[in-house]
Amino acid sequence: MRFLLGISRAIDALSLNVNKVVIWLVLLATLVSAGNAVVRFTLHNSSNAWLELQWIMFGAIFLLGASYTFMKNGHVRVDVLYGKYPPRVKVWVDLLGTLFFLIPTAVVIFLTSLPWVANSIATREMSPDAGGLPYWPIKLLIPAAFVLLTLQAISEVIKRIAMLRGHLPIPEEEIDEELEKFDLVDSSKKEQA
Amino acid sequence: MTFEVMAPLMFVGLIVFLLLGYPVAFSLGAVGLLFGWIGVHYDFIQPVFLQNIPLRVFDTLKNQTLLAIPFFTFMGLILERSGMAEELLETVGQLFARLRGGIAYAVILVGAMLAATTGVVAASVISMGLISLPVMLRYGYNPRVAAGTIAASGTLAQIIPPSLVLIIMADQLGVSVGDMYRGAFVPGFILTGLYLAYIIVMAIIRPKSVPALPEEARIYKGMALVGRVFTALIPPLVLIFLVLGTIFIGVATPTEGGAMGAVGAIALALIKRKLSWKLMLQAMESTARLTSFVAFILVGSRIFSLVFVGVDGDRWVENLLETALPKNPLAFLLVLNLMVFLIAFFLDYFEIAFIVIPLILPAVTGIMEQLYPQDYKIGLYWFGVMLGVNLQTSFMHPPFGFALFYLRSVAPPNLKTSDIYWGAVPFVIIQVIMTLVLLFNPWLVTNWLK
Repeated sequence: MRFLLGISRAIDALSLNVNKVVIWLVLLATLVSAGNAVVRFTLHNSSNAWLELQWIMFGAIFLLGASYTFMKNGHVRVDVLYGKYPPRVKVWVDLLGTLFFLIPTAVVIFLTSLPWVANSIATREMSPDAGGLPYWPIKLLIPAAFVLLTLQAISEVIKRIAMLRGHLPIPEEEIDEELEKFDLVDSSKKEQA
Repeated sequence: MTFEVMAPLMFVGLIVFLLLGYPVAFSLGAVGLLFGWIGVHYDFIQPVFLQNIPLRVFDTLKNQTLLAIPFFTFMGLILERSGMAEELLETVGQLFARLRGGIAYAVILVGAMLAATTGVVAASVISMGLISLPVMLRYGYNPRVAAGTIAASGTLAQIIPPSLVLIIMADQLGVSVGDMYRGAFVPGFILTGLYLAYIIVMAIIRPKSVPALPEEARIYKGMALVGRVFTALIPPLVLIFLVLGTIFIGVATPTEGGAMGAVGAIALALIKRKLSWKLMLQAMESTARLTSFVAFILVGSRIFSLVFVGVDGDRWVENLLETALPKNPLAFLLVLNLMVFLIAFFLDYFEIAFIVIPLILPAVTGIMEQLYPQDYKIGLYWFGVMLGVNLQTSFMHPPFGFALFYLRSVAPPNLKTSDIYWGAVPFVIIQVIMTLVLLFNPWLVTNWLK
């Protein structure tokens, strides 16, 4: 278990570090997009490469940020029943859901995207628009993101098993991140987590 | 196993998987793939459908409409976290302090203004709950009125442009975000007016429930107050008008407006010396996370719909709605709204937008083609805004209303949870009234479209 938890920690660190880079794309995309707008208004001009850069960054944000979002329990759920489960049952739902919902989905997307990306790389696919950017690096983001997500899923599975076997404490109550940012979470709860 | 049972089975599977409580994005993907596999096994679907999966993900990536979401979120978070929202609330509160119900008016108006900067309900409710709720309770507001006003005003962010709800609604309905904004503006205004009217009525029939602030609570007076108006109220107001104004007259697209608004918010925070790296990083992280979970629900729902349409699920739902619901277009829309209102007790906005709307869209399009033979899309704007007002209630009613939940977290312990729940009830009723008003007066939306 100790070895597995080590792997889990390494994966968590990977997702965290990827996310640290990804969040800068938020600022960068904002600046690029505002710049494009200003250029369009003042020079009545626009460049497809710069316009494409906007949505490429958007894609990179959500694809590469997904594993960190998952680690931080940021993907929304239907709480009708989940909110009422005892903590141990929540751990079970997360464990089984990750094993049977998330991992198969991520693996299927990864596998189906491979030939599609390979084809794009082989033909050095370019954007269909004049002056656009190459498409294959963007397409490559998709398998990359789902590898990351699958890794994070493995880490979460390890953590859930460790919780059920008593190697890790089962969180009593989830800390709401929104409240945390306003410094509204009791320090006692923070220590627990 | 016959082909006909696939769609109903898949629909039941969707409900069961979602109810388990595992994140929606992956549950949707799993239902899609499970039934895709069953479909291939029984020869209902060709295995080549798998090749479409990466294309569906790539479509989400290329989606230009959703690009506006991170920008407006980022702009709102900067304004909120840099303390500009607090200043705004305090200043407007002081402006209305002499009036009965004054703080409540301030909360509603600032709620509407914050709405115009961000679609993030949680942040508005938290800031207003932290600043205004203690003041209101200390000076003798009825706790239910105070709590209800704050929770409801926070949800105005859902309907007043540049609300995220409207962006997603436009995307799901396949119409333009700019026109969705134009259509939602007047209804959002009327709604704010109805909230204010409720407080006015309370001030007349139960003056003790919404007292004016006593002399000692009015911190700013005369010139000091005027000064505050210029430093705290005017700058964010100008930014809001610039962003929304350029979108409304059609100079800027919502994406451009959002990006420039975010840059403007950063500049404003910088000028006021309220910008720190910690704040920027926090805002960037929250934005990235929101973007990621929203886009992933979309990815999941696209995989689900790939298979669901493959087994003719779209036609099944359309038939079901057309046979089960009344034929008269207005009655049809009324029942549909009622259904969504009830679903909103269990699902939150994003889930409804990405799961329920695609299911009901074909039937709604059919109705709109009858009502607007010249261009059914006009009807879709009307439908979208109406649904937006309706869905606001999903934040307001127990047991899962987000606004109530966040207000509970910041409210003092002596404010009873039941007071928060009961306080929201009049506002839920106002939402229902507004939904009905829109149902019978489509021109309130369609009159402003380009």
